[in-house]
Amino acid sequence: MASHYRILLPIVSLAVLLGATFYMQPRAMSYFGLNLLFNLAVPIALATIAQMMIIMVNDIDLSLGAFVSLVACITATYLNDAPLLGLLMLVALIVTYAVLGAVIHALALPAIVVTLGMSFVWGGLALFILPSPGGTSPNWLRSLMTIKPPIAPMAVVASIVIAAAAHILIIRSRVGTVLRGVGGNARSVERAGWSVIRLKALAYGLAGLFGVLAGMALVGLATSADANIALRYTLISIAGVILGGGEFVGGKISPVGAVIGALTLTLAASFLNFLRLSPDWQIGAQGTILILVLAARLIFRRKGLEV
Amino acid sequence: MNPLSKPWIWSWGAAAIVFFLTLALTSGRGAGELAYAALSFGAFAAIVGLGQMLVITLGPGNVDLSIPASMTLSATLALKVMGSEPGTAFFGLFVALAVGFGTGLANYALIFLLRLPPIIATLAASLIYQSIAIWSNRGLRIKPPPELADFATGRMFGVPNVAWVGIALAVAVWIVLEKSAWGRWLLASGQNLRAARLAGVPVESVRAATYISVATFAGLAGYLLASFSGGAALNMGAEYLLASIAVVVIGGSSIAGGNSNVPGVWGAALFMFLVVSMLNSYGAGAGVRNVLTGIIIIGIVIAASTKRVRL
Amino acid sequence: MNENEIVPIVALTKAKKHFGAVRALDGISISVGSGDCIGLVGHNGAGKSTLVNLINGGLSPTEGRIEFANGTDPHAAGVRSVFQELSLCPNLTAAENLLVSHKAAAPFGWRKRLGKEVLASLDSIFPGHGVRVDVEIDTLSIAERQMVEIAIGFAPRGSEARLVILDEPTSSLDAGIAQQLLAHIRQFCADGGAVIFISHMLAEVFSVANRIVVLKDGKVVAEKPTAAFSRQGLVDAMGHVTGETEGGADLERKFGPVVVQTNQGLSARQGEIVGLSGLAGHGQAAALARLYLSRSSAWRSGKNPEVVFVAGDRQRDGILPLWSILRNVSISILQQGARWGLVDAKRDASVAEDWKHRIGIRTDDVRNPVLSLSGGNQQKVLFSRALASPAPIVVMDDPMRGVDIGTKQDVYAMLRNEAQKGRTFLWYSTETEEVCQCDRVFVFRDGEISAELTGAEITEERILEASFQMQEAS
Repeated sequence: MASHYRILLPIVSLAVLLGATFYMQPRAMSYFGLNLLFNLAVPIALATIAQMMIIMVNDIDLSLGAFVSLVACITATYLNDAPLLGLLMLVALIVTYAVLGAVIHALALPAIVVTLGMSFVWGGLALFILPSPGGTSPNWLRSLMTIKPPIAPMAVVASIVIAAAAHILIIRSRVGTVLRGVGGNARSVERAGWSVIRLKALAYGLAGLFGVLAGMALVGLATSADANIALRYTLISIAGVILGGGEFVGGKISPVGAVIGALTLTLAASFLNFLRLSPDWQIGAQGTILILVLAARLIFRRKGLEV
Repeated sequence: MNPLSKPWIWSWGAAAIVFFLTLALTSGRGAGELAYAALSFGAFAAIVGLGQMLVITLGPGNVDLSIPASMTLSATLALKVMGSEPGTAFFGLFVALAVGFGTGLANYALIFLLRLPPIIATLAASLIYQSIAIWSNRGLRIKPPPELADFATGRMFGVPNVAWVGIALAVAVWIVLEKSAWGRWLLASGQNLRAARLAGVPVESVRAATYISVATFAGLAGYLLASFSGGAALNMGAEYLLASIAVVVIGGSSIAGGNSNVPGVWGAALFMFLVVSMLNSYGAGAGVRNVLTGIIIIGIVIAASTKRVRL
Repeated sequence: MNENEIVPIVALTKAKKHFGAVRALDGISISVGSGDCIGLVGHNGAGKSTLVNLINGGLSPTEGRIEFANGTDPHAAGVRSVFQELSLCPNLTAAENLLVSHKAAAPFGWRKRLGKEVLASLDSIFPGHGVRVDVEIDTLSIAERQMVEIAIGFAPRGSEARLVILDEPTSSLDAGIAQQLLAHIRQFCADGGAVIFISHMLAEVFSVANRIVVLKDGKVVAEKPTAAFSRQGLVDAMGHVTGETEGGADLERKFGPVVVQTNQGLSARQGEIVGLSGLAGHGQAAALARLYLSRSSAWRSGKNPEVVFVAGDRQRDGILPLWSILRNVSISILQQGARWGLVDAKRDASVAEDWKHRIGIRTDDVRNPVLSLSGGNQQKVLFSRALASPAPIVVMDDPMRGVDIGTKQDVYAMLRNEAQKGRTFLWYSTETEEVCQCDRVFVFRDGEISAELTGAEITEERILEASFQMQEAS
């Protein structure tokens, strides 16, 4: 039953928060209102999925925010001016991530320190490419991110698509299943004849891919970039994974939960706006919400044990 | 014993090399100024680094991400109670340390009572500390009392006062780690928590005291930094999040826990500052500086890991 | 032994496996053919798990040969093993776990198909099992996990299972379900499969095996058709045939009041050496750990601890690997001479030096790293750590692993001496010879105390009897 609890909690948290928001501000219950509430949800959701790939194999990525910023800088400059070169750079970044995963596994390095070091590297490269805020989003990206689909706004539709894609990739597919197995019991996976080093490279590579998508989506929304544009994504993505029912060890993650966790964090900011809470307390209230939801997780877990 | 087997030699050696490379550009002029600046700015990184080192010594998964928030909050509240009035420096210091103590206690309570992983507990708590700092500060920039500002920017025997504080703290931490029962318990817990518990070590007290120590050090660093730079700013701690972890790793402490290296932290703190000023004087931009810092951190981790394999 | 017309699935010829100086397997020759069901029995450390690991390809022999039906690949030969320690991924479902061990599954619809496959396997082995194959393994009970693991062992996975090695497969199953498994094994062998069956339940071995192999000290000491063994004969074959010197527990010993009493039934009086025995992994270590943790605090530590612990699993429970011998010895006595919270380095050094001589730690300087010592000497460090402390109760979790005979004798004498002075010892050992040194022995089976022996009752025979379940649980 634990798996069902795992997904229940993020859903309940999001529903409660959404209900409270609508109660505070009934006008938010509209196409336009939802669009506003979840405006920045897409890049955050993508970054959270990226972080989830790393947490899935029992590591943690402290460089994700810097990485997304770097991607944003490349997207707003090279991808716009010289699309082929820009694309090549982004592919190279994904490959670098995969190599990092392999190296971390092969040398048994602490992922937390390697990614800490990488955060300086990504941040430095971003500054190199875009020393001061600027650049422009490629037009196609801009129009993609501002599509107005019928019924639900883009942010909601895109979140559903991201959740579904990640779910199929990680939960339904064969390789995703084995990847989760690496987090659960790497020895057993190795014993069954799989190459764990390749699997780890794959997990990191997927993280790189989703990180790239997050950076591109961010530029599509923000229309320009700067080297610090997404630094806070590192911590937000970790919180999103955990809010979504994931755990730091044991390969226990939920892609749908992670996307909901990202939406919850995005909404929490908007909700606090509606609360007319003094801006001083907004960040703190986010922290409190985070702690409350995680404390609720403890209750759910206790219940799960008793059953 | 082979001096190269002391891990702290490396960070000091690296700091010395960078120091001379920088001077090579000016053919030796400005050596005193460079050393003085390194000691001043390195002191803050060293103080928070010593705290982070204690937490990292506790073993895998232990890290304090609330250091910047604790620094800011302590500094803000301390400056507020002092209100630039002369003669309040010690009261301000007391407030800063007490605030640090409180945040450390809160962090540990979240970790112990709610069983939150330290990373997420300190992260969530730091958001709250940040809010309290914003609320209490209200965007004002309160100046430190004049005698405190003089102290923080002053020197004694040619060495900056803040560096004296950092050195005294390092000596104290070294004595605790090497000579006291509490230090032995901390090192034992970090090597193998289960074995330490089974050897009679009061591991929960050790964990609690460690999380409180790091936050108290952060409070001290915030108090000094605000006095040094003429007031508290909301983002004053930001750069110390990654820096505190980096100086621990570069300083030769093991990220896997159980192995602290006090002199190495100071060496690494000087090194971090000197690298930046060397690259500056060679005309490198911020981008190149960061890339090199990152590569150095990763290189050191890989070097440390290959040493471990050989052992 | 084996009829010539049957092609063996696996054949070992004079296979030896040495770990350093330890001869885990010392020249084993057996072959397993289709239709064989081999009962593999032996006491702790007889070499059972090493043998299993040779056959499933986990280890390769130091000397000798191992051949499979079609070449050298145990996977291709259809060899599967079901381990005692659960080796599933706890975060995956049963069907997903089957996928992990079945690389060739088709990309689409695998979940449904493999789910059916596990379910079919479960249905055929454990009819009416009620195990859900669509939930994560860690939400299942221990028994259900074991059933899933067994079912995956027998599942086709694209090829056919030809030899299934079952290591204590019934340890967490209740009697009814165990019977279902035994029936399935018989059917499986009758249909041409082969099984190597390891169990401490002798009744199960007798009911399912057509041949029993008895291992002792890395050698096959008996290999006969099941019918040629009597239960008593089997126990005798496992035990020491040579007349070992029995531990001469002097009957004159006087004990103080009861100082340990757990609700599991474990008790000890002051000055007593109490043994915990039985097969490894039957709850002895857990009982000792619980006792230790309940008598010590994670918050406070005083100068007079009530209880100290000697670990047997050095890496996990004892050694602080980054430290010197000196620091490893002194960690539990830091507060004895401490002033102002600072440790008395001179005193600690002299204590360590003293114990180095008393227990014979082989090193020229106690400041050497503890990892520079051999396993046995590391164990002596852990003994010194505990005995240097003034605690009146000493808990020892199989502390003699890797210690040589001479040292063992010294340690026995030291323990007796300390007991005489009024210390109480609780001593779990996997070696019967050691348990015979004790004043009183509790034998554990399946996490419960199955016998309490005192004085002259403490014999290898009685302990073996109580460790192995002779009758079927009704």
